[in-house]
Amino acid sequence: MKTVRIGAGQGFWGNGQFGAINMVKSGEIQYLCCDALAELTLAILKKGMKKDAYAGWVNDLTPLMFKILLICKEKGIKVITNHGGLNPAGATAEVERIAKELGITGLKIATVTGDDVFDRLGEFEEKGLDLSNMDTGESIDAIKERALFANAYIGARPIVEALDNGADIVITGRAADSSLFLAPLIHEFHWSWDDWDKLAAGTLAGHLLECAAQSTGGNFLGDWWNVPRMEEIGYPIAEVRENGEVVITKPVGSGGRVSVETVSEQMVYETLDPNNYIVPDVIADFTSPVLEDLGNDRVMIKNMKGKPRPEKLKVFIGYQDGLASSALLLYAWPDAMKKARKMEEIIRYEVNKLKLPIVDFHVDYVGLNSVHGSAAPMPADEDSINEIGVKFSIKTYDKGAAGKFAGLFPSWALDGPPALAGTGGFASGPRELLGPWSALVDRNEIEPNITVSYREV
Amino acid sequence: MSKKTIQLRQICHARSGDKANNVNAGILVYNPKHYPVIVEQVTAEKVKKHFGEIVQGNVESYEMPNINAINFVLRKALGGGASDTLFIDNLGKCYGASLLRMEIEIEESLL
Repeated sequence: MKTVRIGAGQGFWGNGQFGAINMVKSGEIQYLCCDALAELTLAILKKGMKKDAYAGWVNDLTPLMFKILLICKEKGIKVITNHGGLNPAGATAEVERIAKELGITGLKIATVTGDDVFDRLGEFEEKGLDLSNMDTGESIDAIKERALFANAYIGARPIVEALDNGADIVITGRAADSSLFLAPLIHEFHWSWDDWDKLAAGTLAGHLLECAAQSTGGNFLGDWWNVPRMEEIGYPIAEVRENGEVVITKPVGSGGRVSVETVSEQMVYETLDPNNYIVPDVIADFTSPVLEDLGNDRVMIKNMKGKPRPEKLKVFIGYQDGLASSALLLYAWPDAMKKARKMEEIIRYEVNKLKLPIVDFHVDYVGLNSVHGSAAPMPADEDSINEIGVKFSIKTYDKGAAGKFAGLFPSWALDGPPALAGTGGFASGPRELLGPWSALVDRNEIEPNITVSYREV
Repeated sequence: MSKKTIQLRQICHARSGDKANNVNAGILVYNPKHYPVIVEQVTAEKVKKHFGEIVQGNVESYEMPNINAINFVLRKALGGGASDTLFIDNLGKCYGASLLRMEIEIEESLL
C-alpha cells in the first residue's frame, strides 16, 4: 500500500532550526510542513507592520530557507508553511530571493491568499453577518472600532490545488495548522473531499505534528527526565498509509521519544471538545482512534473517525485592548516575603493616591505563586524562602498612566523595605495589549476569495 | 481494603494550552486500571475549585477513554488571552502541571 512520509519542521515562530535541518537530511520524507503561526503570532506581526509595512510574514523563514532549500531541492522534498502570516506574498518574494542567491532554478513557489478578511469586515456587517464572539456571545460592536487584523482559518483545498499544479513550495497565511499537513495526503492519495474518516486521520496526523517536538518528548509532563538526548530532539514524522492508518515516528538517530504517552499527551493539546475537533476540512473525533506502541519510537494510530466539515469558518480578529506596564522587584532573605508584601501595600497606596485610571492590577509573587495562582500552597515556613520576586502589572487605556506607573518604582530602592536587588531598570513597558476575538462566518463568504498564485525561479 | 490519599501526579501526566481566553488541561493516566478512579473523582466542579479565582468561567470535562484521558476546558481562564493578559503563564502551559497537585483517594491495592 502506498505510504507518504511527512515531517514537521517547526512548531512556532522562534523554534530552533536543528529539527527542520535534521528532518530534511535524515527524515526520509517527501514533505516538510512548518507551522509558524499561533493566535498570538498574528498580533506580533501586526505590531511589526506598524514599523515596516512590507513585513507581516514570519521572518525566521529567511535562515530556515538558507539552511534547507538546497537539500529540499536536491531530494525533491516539498515544503508547505504558513510563514506568510499577514503577508504571504512578502514571504514568497523572500523565498524567491533566497533561491536565486543559492543558485537554485526550476523551483515553483505557490502563494495562497484570501484568508485576510480585515478589509471585508465592513462588507460582512452590511450583509448582516453575525460576528459575535463565539465564546462569549458578545456583539462585535464592543471592539470593531479597535480591530487591527482579521483572518479566517482556511482549509487544505488551495494547498492541494497548488501541489496538484506542481508547486515545490507552498506559502500560506492563516491556514489551519492541521490543513498544512492534510493537504499533501489529499494530493498524494486523491482522498475524496467527503471521505471524512480519512480526512480526520490526516487532520489528527497534522495535529500531532504541528507543535513539532511536543509529540516526541518535548514539553512532556510524564517522566521527561528519561527522554533520551533532549538536546538533539527529533521532530515527528507521520507515515501515512492510503487507508488512513498513521504511524508517528521521528528521524532515525535523533533524540527524543515517541511512545503512546508522548503522542496521546499531544492529542489533548489545545483541544476543546475532543468528540468534535473542528477544522475547516472536517470535524474529527479524537475519542475514536486506537493507539498502539510498535516499539523503536513508532506509534500506530488506527480507527480514526470523522464527521462532515463545518459550514462556518473561524475568523480570528485581533483588537487593541490598551496597554500593560509592569515592574519586577527582587527581595532577599531574611523576611523576603514580608518585604515583598510591604512593597505591595506601598504600591497599592501610591496607585490609589494618584488615582491612576487602570482597569486591572495584578500582583505575582515570582518563585511562589506566579504560575499556579491560588492553586499554589504557601510554604509552612516563610523563613525558608531565600528570595522572592514581586511583579506588579497594570492594564490601562491611558498612555500617561502606564508611564506614571513605571515611574513609581525606582525611589523605593532607598525609601522602602531593605535588601532589594538591583536599583534600576526593573520596570518594563508599556506594551500594547491585543485582545482575541473569534467569530464564525459562513465559508461561502470566504472561500470564493481564496486564490493561489505562482512564481517560478 | 484501605484507601490512601495521593496526588494525581502519582498516576497521571498532563498537558495544557490556550485558545483565546480559554485554557484546556488534559490529564492522562499511565495505567488504564486507574482511569475509572479519575473519572469518578476528578470532576469539573472539583477542577474549578482547584484553580480558584484564575478560572472565572465554567469548567467542562470530556472523557477520552481511548487514551485514558479526561480533557478539561477552563473558560475565561487566561486573564484575557495570550496577548491580552497580565499573567506570566500567558499561554496556559502550566495549568496541566497545577492539576497534578490535586489529591484523590485510591484503594491501596490499585497502586
